[in-house]
Amino acid sequence: MAKLTAKERMQISRHPMVEQDPVERSHNFKEVNLGYTAEMAIEEAQRCIQCPKPTCTMGCPVSINIKGFINLVAEGDFSGAVKIIKIDNALPAICGRVCPQEEQCEQSCVLTTKYKPVAIGYLERFVADYERENGQVAIPETKASTGKRIAIVGSGPAGLSCANDLIQWGHQVTVFEALHELGGVLVYGIPEFRLPKEIVRQEINNLKTMGVEFQTDIVIGRTITIDELLEEEGYDAVFVGVGAGLPWFMGIPGENLVGVYTANEFLTRVNLMKAYQFPDYDSPILDCRDKNVAVFGGGNTAMDAVRTSLRLGAKNAYIVYRRSEKEMPARVEEVKHAKEEGVQFKILTNPVEFIGDEDQWLKAMKCIKMELGEPDDSGRRRPVPIAGSEYITEIDIAIIAIGNGSNPLIKQTTPEIEIGKRGTIIVDPETMETSKKGVFAGGDIVTGGATVILAMGAGRTAAKAIHEYVMTKPS
Amino acid sequence: MHKILEARFLAENIKLFRIEAPRIARKRKAGQFVIVRLDEHGERIPLTIADSDTGAGTITIIVQGVGKTTKALNMKERGDSIMDVVGPLGMPSHIDKFGNVVCIGGGVGTAIALPTATALKKAENYVITINGARSKNLVILENEMKAVSDESYVTTDDGSYGFHGFVTQKLQQLIDNGKKIDFVLAIGPIPMMKAVADVTRAYKIKTVVSLNPIMVDGTGMCGGCRVIVDGVSKFACVDGPEFDAHVVDFKNLADRNKMYTKNERVSLKHFEHNCRLDKKINEIKTMND
Repeated sequence: MAKLTAKERMQISRHPMVEQDPVERSHNFKEVNLGYTAEMAIEEAQRCIQCPKPTCTMGCPVSINIKGFINLVAEGDFSGAVKIIKIDNALPAICGRVCPQEEQCEQSCVLTTKYKPVAIGYLERFVADYERENGQVAIPETKASTGKRIAIVGSGPAGLSCANDLIQWGHQVTVFEALHELGGVLVYGIPEFRLPKEIVRQEINNLKTMGVEFQTDIVIGRTITIDELLEEEGYDAVFVGVGAGLPWFMGIPGENLVGVYTANEFLTRVNLMKAYQFPDYDSPILDCRDKNVAVFGGGNTAMDAVRTSLRLGAKNAYIVYRRSEKEMPARVEEVKHAKEEGVQFKILTNPVEFIGDEDQWLKAMKCIKMELGEPDDSGRRRPVPIAGSEYITEIDIAIIAIGNGSNPLIKQTTPEIEIGKRGTIIVDPETMETSKKGVFAGGDIVTGGATVILAMGAGRTAAKAIHEYVMTKPS
Repeated sequence: MHKILEARFLAENIKLFRIEAPRIARKRKAGQFVIVRLDEHGERIPLTIADSDTGAGTITIIVQGVGKTTKALNMKERGDSIMDVVGPLGMPSHIDKFGNVVCIGGGVGTAIALPTATALKKAENYVITINGARSKNLVILENEMKAVSDESYVTTDDGSYGFHGFVTQKLQQLIDNGKKIDFVLAIGPIPMMKAVADVTRAYKIKTVVSLNPIMVDGTGMCGGCRVIVDGVSKFACVDGPEFDAHVVDFKNLADRNKMYTKNERVSLKHFEHNCRLDKKINEIKTMND
């Protein structure tokens, strides 16, 4: 095939994602995005003008050689492409689905200013799926054993990416998970329709094949403490990637009424405990059929919760958000999908009270309208209540999705680990080392609620520092 | 998988299990609980650890068959296994030398009160136990409670055994007889715990209850187990399960615990239907053999 000129490349328009029909998908839990065909992927890859100094990589938290992998996609070498990604990213099938590319690599694509950026995320997803579906998953080689043992606390994105690097460098790695299933937020938080659990399972199986040992049902800080891991169980270093995991409330009257959930509980019941298959699965969830469900917050978790409620049969599913749509932290794609599926957005609206009946079942919410004032600390315009604009809407289920604080279990039992004001663990940003020798941390427990890819980046930074630490540590 | 090494009924519908769980046994302190999931389709339920044996690597739980999961658990026998047992969770009981303490267990709550009563006895308190049940055949752990008590009483609602009346009436009697009481622990059904709190409030006796809200993960992540204590939301799994009885909002707890009553009925029906089905299938199989 003749090489295309840059001009010819730029004339190809961006290939949209193939999606399940909105009406149909709002009633099922199957994945919304269906993925590119090989032809679409090659054509989309041809849009990349192969910049001499690619800016896309600079926008990627784990610095994937994006230009390199896209070049191979354009040539039809999909297996070669995924190998390039895997040098820097252990979980491309997951990141291709849940990364906010529009704020990272794609935002940095030079085509963005005049044309639409190359669909880097969709291509990453395509090659990862291609490799998996064709049974060609290459298991990276591991170096000769160093005899060093590393404990990883939490099997979410930070822990998995940290384990992936450390096992390849020849260390013995054990991952401890508090829940009965592996994957952390990837399995209890992100719904099936956005990230099929089978993909997470396969990625974890690859790590098992490489030799990573996983132990479920172990709560570090309760079943075993970090001190015991280091002193009694013989681990040379510990990585703490336990996630944020202590939900925030809004502090308004009625938050303990029956029918008020946190997004964590609502999503865990559905995703991890499979409450949507009740009574075949034992865990129940309040019946959403023909009910009015309101979700509070504007992030990805809020979108996940509201779209889940639709799939469980909600008659009206609302997003209630105190700022305007522009300030929503959720990915553009998630907001678009939610709207297509029929979610109603009540923006510039703040709940002030939940109202219940005498048995304390939720019946309604009282909200106040907001307007945008001067920018606040986050740089976003601060929402200000409009006096006298309160109104009442009948709702049956409320889901609070305004973020998470940090889990107190580790700090309760390992006081030497220094904790910041918001309960997050303080680390040296270069090495992710905590104030306790041999203990490193990364992901949401350090940053507060953030993204999968940032957690993975932190896991990799820590892995490098852990490697140096254990290799130079006198044994 | 956690193997069941011992399984026996203590009373009608109340069964004791000794389970292999060496890591939990080593760590567990009085007042803590485990989360149990029976099988792949199971829900996660919290159960207080009644006892543990570090040497044998076992923990003991005592279960009353109420809903689907507890009924299914109570059908298990020695040699069977439980898929997931996580713990020990929650804060241990606050043990101190209070002086004269009264430990009250109502129904299966006695199994939860026993380890804390034992710890209080070890801390050199004068321990009075009140072991309440609806009727004589539902009294559990009578000898075990007696063994850690300086004074022990059994009460039954119907008067079929021991003191005729509620545990609160016995408590009131002790107070009226001039017994100086420094600390009360009450564990049992919500109305009982509330009633005990109402009795001791008037006398300003420090009183602690162990709460049993609906839980999922047990590590603070889901917030489903939040209870209102002194006007503030607390998570029973990481802040509790024991709280100051005089400031617990019992009505909110009782109402929240009714959240899935309908679902629980459906689940139980589904389960019993499947049990009958299994029985029928086995009958047909035996006939065919």
